[in-house]
Amino acid sequence: MYAFDYQRPAQVQDAVSLLRSLDDPKLLAGGQTLLPTLKMRLAQPGALVDLALVGELEGITLDGRILRVGAMTRHAHVASSATVQAQIPALAELASMIGDPAVRNRGTMGGSLANNDPSADYPAAVLALGATLVTDRRRIAADDFFRGLFETALEDDELIVAIEFPRPEAAAYRKFRNPASRYAMAGVFVARMDDTVRVTVTGVGQEGVFRWDAAERALTGQFAPSALDGLELDADNAMSDLHGSGAYRAHLATVMARRAVEAIAG
Amino acid sequence: MTTISMTVNGKSVSAEVEPRMLLVQFLREKLLLTGTHVGCDTSQCGACVVHVGGSAVKSCTMLAVQADGTQVTTIEGIAPAGALHPMQEAFREHHGLQCGFCTPGMIMSALDMVSRLGPTIDATTIRDNLEGNLCRCTGYHNIVKAIEAGAATMGASAQRTAAE
Amino acid sequence: MNASAVTPIGAPVRRKEDHRFITGKGRYTDDLSRPGQAHAYFLRSPYAHARIRRIDTAAASAMPGVIAILTGADLAADGLGGLICGWMIHSKDGSPMKAGAHPALALDKVRYVGDHVAVVIAETLNAAKDAAASIDVDYEALPAAVDLVEAQSEAAPVLHEVAPRNTVFEWELGDKAATEAAFARAAHVTTFDLVNNRLAPNPMEPRAAIGEYDAGDDSFTLWTTSQNPHVARLVLSAFIGLAPEHKLRVIAPDVGGGFGSKIFIYAEETVCAWAAKKVGRPVKWTCERSEAFLCDAHGRDHVTHAELALDSDGRILGFRVKTIANLGAYLSTFSSCVPTYLYATLLSGQYAIPAIYCEVDAVYTNTAPVDAYRGAGRPEATFLVERIVNKAAREMGIDPADFRRRNFITSFPHQTPVIMCYDAGDYPASLDKALALADYAGFPARKAEAERRGRLRGIGLSNYIEACGIAPSAAVGSLGAGVGLWESAEVRVNPTGNVEVLTGSHSHGQGHETTFAQLVSARLGIPIDQVSVIHGDTDKVQFGMGTYGSRSGAVGMSAIVKALDKVEAKAKKIAAHILEASEGDIEFKDGRFSVAGTDRGLAFAEVALNAYVAHKFPTSEIEPGLKEGAFYDPSNFTFPAGCHVCELEVDPQTGVTEIVNWVAVDDFGTVINPMIVEGQVHGGIAQGVGQALMEGVSYDRDGQLVTGSYMDYQMPRAGDLPSFQLGLTETRCPSNPLGMKGCGEAGAIAAPPAVINALVDALGTEDISMPATPSKVWAIAQARLSRLAAE
Repeated sequence: MYAFDYQRPAQVQDAVSLLRSLDDPKLLAGGQTLLPTLKMRLAQPGALVDLALVGELEGITLDGRILRVGAMTRHAHVASSATVQAQIPALAELASMIGDPAVRNRGTMGGSLANNDPSADYPAAVLALGATLVTDRRRIAADDFFRGLFETALEDDELIVAIEFPRPEAAAYRKFRNPASRYAMAGVFVARMDDTVRVTVTGVGQEGVFRWDAAERALTGQFAPSALDGLELDADNAMSDLHGSGAYRAHLATVMARRAVEAIAG
Repeated sequence: MTTISMTVNGKSVSAEVEPRMLLVQFLREKLLLTGTHVGCDTSQCGACVVHVGGSAVKSCTMLAVQADGTQVTTIEGIAPAGALHPMQEAFREHHGLQCGFCTPGMIMSALDMVSRLGPTIDATTIRDNLEGNLCRCTGYHNIVKAIEAGAATMGASAQRTAAE
Repeated sequence: MNASAVTPIGAPVRRKEDHRFITGKGRYTDDLSRPGQAHAYFLRSPYAHARIRRIDTAAASAMPGVIAILTGADLAADGLGGLICGWMIHSKDGSPMKAGAHPALALDKVRYVGDHVAVVIAETLNAAKDAAASIDVDYEALPAAVDLVEAQSEAAPVLHEVAPRNTVFEWELGDKAATEAAFARAAHVTTFDLVNNRLAPNPMEPRAAIGEYDAGDDSFTLWTTSQNPHVARLVLSAFIGLAPEHKLRVIAPDVGGGFGSKIFIYAEETVCAWAAKKVGRPVKWTCERSEAFLCDAHGRDHVTHAELALDSDGRILGFRVKTIANLGAYLSTFSSCVPTYLYATLLSGQYAIPAIYCEVDAVYTNTAPVDAYRGAGRPEATFLVERIVNKAAREMGIDPADFRRRNFITSFPHQTPVIMCYDAGDYPASLDKALALADYAGFPARKAEAERRGRLRGIGLSNYIEACGIAPSAAVGSLGAGVGLWESAEVRVNPTGNVEVLTGSHSHGQGHETTFAQLVSARLGIPIDQVSVIHGDTDKVQFGMGTYGSRSGAVGMSAIVKALDKVEAKAKKIAAHILEASEGDIEFKDGRFSVAGTDRGLAFAEVALNAYVAHKFPTSEIEPGLKEGAFYDPSNFTFPAGCHVCELEVDPQTGVTEIVNWVAVDDFGTVINPMIVEGQVHGGIAQGVGQALMEGVSYDRDGQLVTGSYMDYQMPRAGDLPSFQLGLTETRCPSNPLGMKGCGEAGAIAAPPAVINALVDALGTEDISMPATPSKVWAIAQARLSRLAAE
């Protein structure tokens, strides 16, 4: 690791001020991606602004039909929260599939979303559920938040405070793990809300998480596994590496989509 | 340099550290608690698992400064001096270790498993929950048996304590 | 089994060493620190092949905390030799293998990504890393020879001038003419092409070293993660020239697994010891996992074409093999013997094959060195034999189990056409027992049931054999080994009757502190907690050959038996004097020396005390004390063998393979501690399943390592494996006093073909390469499903 300055503010506004005043700062949430990156000397921030003491960033609350998850809420908390399990069980289940138990005790929802790794799990849920990302200064719809590989709508000095999820009628997430890293090689989140269905895919797209329009249309017409018959994703736009070709990933997404729909349709 | 204080295995410690010092380096190099190991650099092998605030974490993926003000437990702190924790005893009884390098992390993950899932855990659940711990010697067969048995013993002794 | 009990051979005694490991009190090399120690970090080549024009260390040397930056020129100036390969192989034409120079720090060229360019010694590891990034190296990048087959072409870039076409040797074994004749009369010929995938050994403890120099005594100490500290000392002294043997102490404390990769004498350990004198401070280095992927010797990596000649009844007439073996950029310590004498000598498998001919070309490539990894040559042989036998059976429409039975060797000793003389075994017995445990007969019903669930189910056999306990020194010497492969032991009986056993074997997970003590306890009739086993320190143990090739039991324990024979003989003499009986009348049983036919006797501890008090026997005839040493050289290799059965299911939608049952029936001869033996088998199977389904080192065309961390190299996890069903059969090994054969490598040898044969059964094609990852299996399963649909 290169040397860096370290700050641990207690207030959101103090964190924002530090982001503005420090030399090449980076936010430290759970650190489960950032710290390995720093250990390999793949990044050299001048300072880390640790959000651990900003109490208002942590916690899970329910406001009517809106589930609000603080940005610093750990994956393990989301997975085991009775509120999440009651409101959006698929979200709790997704959280229980991230990394491993020790990683889930540290990693946070806000950290995962701000990083927007193309193989991360949370972006699929946030985008499928049409969540809203509440930052220190504005509200960003999920549809506007993800901007490609490791890119988001966040300003350099902006931080996520909470994520607000509307409650779907039903939802499910199915994930095919990369055999080595255990990140998603194809993760599909299917959310059925009112009269629409949203289907998102992570781990596949070269530009990160995306909505699968054709599947959404098909499932909005008829919510059954058979509605997906014959649907294929474009393999040319899928990531390809040692672990699988674009065609394999695109195919896996169709299998995961079908299994998610089966899980909902019973 | 930053001054940090924490409780490690029940003892208060404080030290001046560089912000870039990892918790595992702090434990091994400053406190000489070398039972916690480093087996990889991508947060996957789990040889470095300790408990922070009662939960398992990978101490190679946490800065020492992040542990400021917390309670940390390592393999050296799970049983009183001279005694063995039932989970330690189970690893020996069921031959759940060979070279011993992954063992402290395995035991710390096993204890976290019991605290999350209770003392009755089946083999499939144990295997799933060892997602973040690698062993190259045992093929996991005996680790799974050890955790199952260690958890059951913990449950039985908790019941005894409750009954008393 | 109570620690204060006498522990018989065959009892599942709990391990003595476990207490320190489960309490966090193990002492691995990186756990140790020396006063005033500095930290080493190696600058490694980012190129697979490049000429070094210039190394400028000026700016880096001036950075805070830097003590020294040393390069290959400094090593050469001090007269240190390069790293060596200790086994000479001659080509068919009689010429010796072409060994390119292997400096510990590069001189003019780097030959693989991760090759050692310079070492920074600094006050802290971070300071060393910071400085390493500032060393200015002017490289002239060269084209790289990465692909194993292409590396032998005339057009390929040459790594070492001494080795045209990058060919280290072109070796042969067996009778070519007899084999040709067998093929000429064959009714059926099965041909088979395979790649044996390259693996990274991955012991969980990364390598580490601390070098220390005592200027007062002009002596060195090296703490290091070694499976064989005496061999390390010998090589560092006699070949590299670091220090005379008596001025170099090598200590291998607790070592966290080896699997072969810690046999070798590497650059980093060598440099740490040398640099300690150079900088006048202890120098510590600990490998990071990403560095281990780059520079720990890899295993396997063969490309093979083979042909099996059969008569019309499915009896094997002849076997012809051509293998190209990748040895990487340099010859590692024992690399040359792995694809030759540890490989081709096992090509007869468990089968009576009248004629075998094998050619092996060993090739340099711009990749990390390749050397022994758990099984070393024998997994490659077993994979080839068990796959081609399986294919032949399928082609001839014979059940694979019946096919094997038809060809089994059934009388012993059996001389194969490839050097080995099998001394004992019962192959039908292990096959029968395995098939019964696996309910082989019930498989078709299970397959049909799986099909109804949309799963493709398969069953596969592997009847492996290995040659272990290496080996008779004269035999390996005649084949090119630079050292003898005996083992030493010393049994020190203390005046109070407890015992220290010093062994040249090294335990890094195998449990020697328990099994060796168990042997002594049983023999001397003293409780096991009265026995300590000491190993891994050249100042304590005089010499030893170390642990690899499943040899610690068959060879290491045999040396202890010999020493115990001497202890008993001397103790009988002493007892005879004290008991005033003739020596021939003294019996030793259950820890007691007694006069035959009387109730007069002495406990072992009483005799021990008397041996040191020396009042009651004539010291002109019998020396005081009770301490005996022995060197044991085996009379033959040992031949563990057995049958593994893998049953699995494939999800054709995702390509995921799930192993649903595993049966292993092994014949290890005498078993000292079945608990430990089972553990060895479990771990071996896991590594073998890893090779079959998950693991594979991959370089891109430029020689960059693609699988450089656990993010890309899939290690078997708990959830990837089933529990295993184990059974034993026993034929005693006649070649050593205990009848032991060795168990450490069996699982890793047996498992890969069992898995792939099961996949062949499930998927209906022979064309399945390792690792059979989900993406590969999916593509094969899809092709099968469309074939079936078309039918």
